[in-house]
Amino acid sequence: MSDHKINPNNWIDLYSDYLFNYSISRVNDHAIAQDLISETFLAGLKSMKNFKGEASERTWLISILKRKIIDHYRKKNSKKGKAEVRMAYNSSENEGDWLEERVADPFDKTAEDNIENTELGFAINNCLEKLPEKQAKVFEMKTILNYETETICNELDITASNLWVIIHRARTAMAGCLEKNWF
Amino acid sequence: MMMNKIMMDCEKAHTVCDKSQYKEATVWEKIKLKFHLIFCKICKKYTANNTKLTKLIKSNSVFTPLPKDAKEKIKSNFKKELAKLND
Repeated sequence: MSDHKINPNNWIDLYSDYLFNYSISRVNDHAIAQDLISETFLAGLKSMKNFKGEASERTWLISILKRKIIDHYRKKNSKKGKAEVRMAYNSSENEGDWLEERVADPFDKTAEDNIENTELGFAINNCLEKLPEKQAKVFEMKTILNYETETICNELDITASNLWVIIHRARTAMAGCLEKNWF
Repeated sequence: MMMNKIMMDCEKAHTVCDKSQYKEATVWEKIKLKFHLIFCKICKKYTANNTKLTKLIKSNSVFTPLPKDAKEKIKSNFKKELAKLND
């Protein structure tokens, strides 16, 4: 089975949004996520001859991105222990303030919301990853990027009724998958 | 006569339900869907799940498309490498 072709010319248009969201739900930093996917595309280009066509381009690129994310955390971890925390509480002005400063702010509820949101993004990405490539692409363009039906039809060269069938299958699968993992 | 006009099958109901998630269903389609849902449990379940999915994705602000300028930057970098490869 080697019916998957590789064509780097369209990579960025087709996969950059998907890879970006995939990495952002894992590294939680826009700039790092952008660097990671940029590296992923370049690495993919360099190892194109290793592409056997067993998996789709998207799956293949994701597997490269996964390595990049692991490398990123490895690098980050290797810096551990070198950091030094300095705190000076010897000025008479601040004396005795340190305890109060360390108490969690009860009004800061956004942290928890953010965690939940990140996890949801993670769950959505995971489910999206399980969909067949075309369904994932159409669903993403329509639901997450909010493209017009006509734009998607033109770009992917499908009819409107075609699009709704794909959307229907994708939505059913997504709802089922999220029901298992999130609802 | 009137009944025939307002009835629709499950397949059509699903499509209308999907369309209405993107606010692309017509008023008449929505009326027909509501009517269908009165007696069709399966479609009712599907509609409930579908609405839930829409809400869930809307509530997720983390899911953002790659900013245009960043995309262009990545693209121009990539094109340079691609050109080198083709030389």
